[in-house]
Formats: sequence, C-alpha cells, structure tokens
Amino acid sequence: MADPSRVRFRRAQVRDGLRAYRLISAMWVRSLMAYRLSFAMTALGNFAVTAFDFAAILLMFSQVDRLGGYSLAEIAFLYGASCTAFGLADLSLGSMDRLGKRVRDGTLDTLLVRPAPVIAQVAADRFGLHRIGRLTQGALVLTYALVVLDIDWTVVKVLTVPMMLLGGAGIFGALFVAGAAFQFVARDAAEVQNAFTYGGTTLLQYPPTVFAKDLVRGVTFVLPLAFVNWLPALYVLGRPYPLDLPVWVAFTPPLVAAGCLALAGLAWRTGLRSYRSTGS
Amino acid sequence: MHVRAGRFRLYAAVAEGGFRRYATYRVATAAGVFTNTVFGLILAYTYLALWDERPGLGGYDQAQAVTFVWLGQALLTVMALMGGGFEGELIERIRTGDIAVDLYRPADLQAWWLASDLGRALFQLLGRGVLPMAAGALVFDLALPADPLRWLAFLTAVVLGALVSFALRFLVALSAFWTMDGAGVSQVAMLAGTFFSGMLLPLNVFPGALGEVARALPWSALLQVPADVFLGRHTGLDLIRMYAFQLGWAAALLTAGRLLQAVATRRVVVQGG
Repeated sequence: MADPSRVRFRRAQVRDGLRAYRLISAMWVRSLMAYRLSFAMTALGNFAVTAFDFAAILLMFSQVDRLGGYSLAEIAFLYGASCTAFGLADLSLGSMDRLGKRVRDGTLDTLLVRPAPVIAQVAADRFGLHRIGRLTQGALVLTYALVVLDIDWTVVKVLTVPMMLLGGAGIFGALFVAGAAFQFVARDAAEVQNAFTYGGTTLLQYPPTVFAKDLVRGVTFVLPLAFVNWLPALYVLGRPYPLDLPVWVAFTPPLVAAGCLALAGLAWRTGLRSYRSTGS
Repeated sequence: MHVRAGRFRLYAAVAEGGFRRYATYRVATAAGVFTNTVFGLILAYTYLALWDERPGLGGYDQAQAVTFVWLGQALLTVMALMGGGFEGELIERIRTGDIAVDLYRPADLQAWWLASDLGRALFQLLGRGVLPMAAGALVFDLALPADPLRWLAFLTAVVLGALVSFALRFLVALSAFWTMDGAGVSQVAMLAGTFFSGMLLPLNVFPGALGEVARALPWSALLQVPADVFLGRHTGLDLIRMYAFQLGWAAALLTAGRLLQAVATRRVVVQGG
C-alpha cells in the first residue's frame, strides 16, 4: 500500500518530533526547577483549583445520597477517570492553547524556521510541569473510588481501567490539537477550546443519567467524549450504558482515540498550511 | 466645583476606555459567550439532578436553581471571579516599575483603576452576560422577574458587587509591592472567589457553619447577593440590609486599599521605582 521510503520518512518525522518535544520540555522543566519553591506553589495551586470541582461534588453529597441515581463512590470513579485522562492530555499538550497568541503576535514564525516539527515545538512550549497538580488530584480521587467501590473485579475489568485512562487521554489530546488548529483560523478564540476541553471533563465527571438524551447522543456520536470514561467506566461499574449501546463499545476507546488523533492531525496540517504570517 | 467636574469627566473617559478596550475583542467575546453557554448547560443539568433529589434545597425551586446557574455564568467575568480583570496589568506595572509613572499622574491610582474596571465590568455584563442567559432561557424554565423594579434592584446589587470585587482585586494587586509577582496571592484570591461567591454551588446549600461563614464573607456580595435579589428573596427592608452588607464590605475594603496604597507608595520612593 504505502511506499516504504515514505513510511521510513514518516517514522523519522515522528522520531524527530518526539525528540524535539523531549528536549524543549526538559528545558522548560529545568527553568522551572530554578525556582523550586515557586514551582511547588504553582503545582499546589493547580491541585487546589481542580480539587474545588470535587469539593462541589462533596458539597452536593452533603445534601443528598445519590445524584442521577449514582452514589458518591461511583461519581468519584467517573470523576477520577475523566480528571486523570484530562490531566495526562493537559500535561503533555495543554500549552497548545497558546497558539492563537503566537499567531497574533507573530512569534509562530520563529518556530517555522527551526528544524523541528512545529507541532512538537508548540506542544512543548512553556511545558508546564505544574499541571501535574491536576493529574495528581484526579489520580487521588480515582484511587479513593477504587478503594471504596465494591466491584466484582475480573481480569477484563482490571485491564479496562488503564485502557480507559490512556484512551481518554488520547481523545482529550486530539481535542487540544484540533482546538489549536482552529486557532489558525480564529486567532483569539482560545475560549472555544476551553468549552470543549474543560467543559468536556466537567461533563464527564457526572453520570450520563444527569443530562438530556440529546446531549448524551451528541457527546457519543458527534464529539466522542463518552468514550473517555462513561462507556468503559459503566462497564466496570456494571451499570447500563446510555442510549442502550452494546457491551463491546466499552473496549473501543483506544480505537476512537486513534481516529480522533488522526482527524486532529489532519486539521492541524490543514491549519498550518493555511497559515499566513501577520508579518509583524 | 470646576475641578470636581473635570475629575468626573476624566474618570468617565477612563471608564469608557475600559469598556471600549474589551469591546474590541469581538472574536474573544463570542468565544467567551460560547464557553459560558456550554458550562451553563452542563451545570444546569447537574443542578436539576441535585434539586430532583432534594426539591426546595436551599430554599430554591428548580427554576430558581437553574436561574442561579445562568446568573453565575453571566456574572463570572463581570465580577472577574476567576481573575482576568485589571489586576494582572496593575501587578505587571508594579513589577516593572512603571507604577512610578502612574503615581505622578494627576489622578488617583485607586479611582483610576476603579473607573477602568467598572467600564470593563459593564462591557462584560452586556457582552458576556446577556446572550448566555438568553440561551439558558431557551433550553430551561428560568425564574425571570416580571417586575422591572426587581431588575433595577438586581442591577444595583450588581454595581455594588462590582465595587466589592474591585476592592478585593485592588488589594490583591497591591500585594505585588511586597511579593513582586503577585501570582500566589492572585491564585488564592481566585480560589476564594470561586468557592465563597457561590460559583461552585449556591452558598445557602453549604452545610451548617461553613454556609454561615461563607455568607458573611465579602465574596458573597459578588454573586450570591445579586442572584438572591434577582430571584426575589430580598425585598423591602431585607433588600436594604443586603445593600448595606455590600456597601459595608465595599467601604471597608476600599479603605483598606487606600491605606495599603499609601504604605506601598512610600515603598516605591524608597526603592527609587
């Protein structure tokens, strides 16, 4: 099918990209570590900001025992899974929402002339290790849920958990890339990206029974957020899926993630090709 | 008298500048409207699930609870609950030393930034408040007041809330005279702003003593009080009491800002800018 030299070229490109990403992010980490106390404080702040989402859920459960028919432990499981997957994507690609700013002020041009893939440079730019705060918060809530929940663990269920986190991170990662690609067109619309990324993770923290069917349909078939945690998590919890989907959809997140990443990559390349410098 | 009128014109021009400045970011505003609407939708459904389980929670019926969500989205940027007001710029001016130039201007530092921030707040109310609310009204049953006087009462509470919000953020910005970057203080202020304003959950849903403390803190003047005025929970004497609560905090915090400004200004001279 593909011409072997092309495949080799592609592979070399990916290797170059990952190498550039590693080097640039390592540089930013070193610069962050020059001020360790400041880093510790921003990481803690990042942790605290996101922990408030869970505090809101805890406050709700100080008034009720169930929300949308789900217990606190079950919601903590959904929350932890969504937040951890999002945290992974945010840590690795969260800097991409600065693309619009780079397009506006013309600093994207300097990245274009450097001998490294632009996407790797944009993604690693100002690599924010403090975002580990969000990831930690999600992982803690997930751990709490796994300890408290009474689940009949099977091998398949155990394997579903890491698959769900990686697949979810892939889907959120695709959203970050697609959002950045959109900013080639709409320069100061970074907030639209927030609606999908931060909005998406907020939505997934609650069970699908809370939302209107059309909204659930939208985040299943149009923007496949339901694959981040709802479908695999509900399998682990032994809960019915939304929209009466078949059982096997619980295992499709990696495929869905791969598809989303491919589409996002396409959008990125299209955006980059259409880029005209502001010339400032 | 003459000087007074001149002053007023100056600050009115500064406020207009604040309004216009934000009005130029049309795409950003549209993007913000979209984001506020998406978050409003998500939160409204979670509130409905909560009020389904506990009807009448916090003294709200379902329509009032959902209306609270959309008021939160409408006032989020007006009150700069998660940051994003003038304070970042003022902190930057303090850090770089440009503040020394500002202090030589024939205008009062606090009044200047207040005027500019009120202009910004007015734009945010029109630009990012009205449309999400309208979108919310299309999807949900909202408890919108029919009485024009109640709208007026609400707008008054919003203005007073904006004063308290400014006063808080002015203090945050001035802290940069001592910390130089103000990042830590800004973050704590943002956390307090989201938690104690009622943005996460209405403060009258907070359990026990936590709720009482939260309702007494200045942040409740930013969202909880205006929302309750909008929902008709404060009328007559109670409304006056709420205004007094907001005004009290505004006066106390603005005075604190004045005092801190005086102390900080002396520091600038010592440092030589």
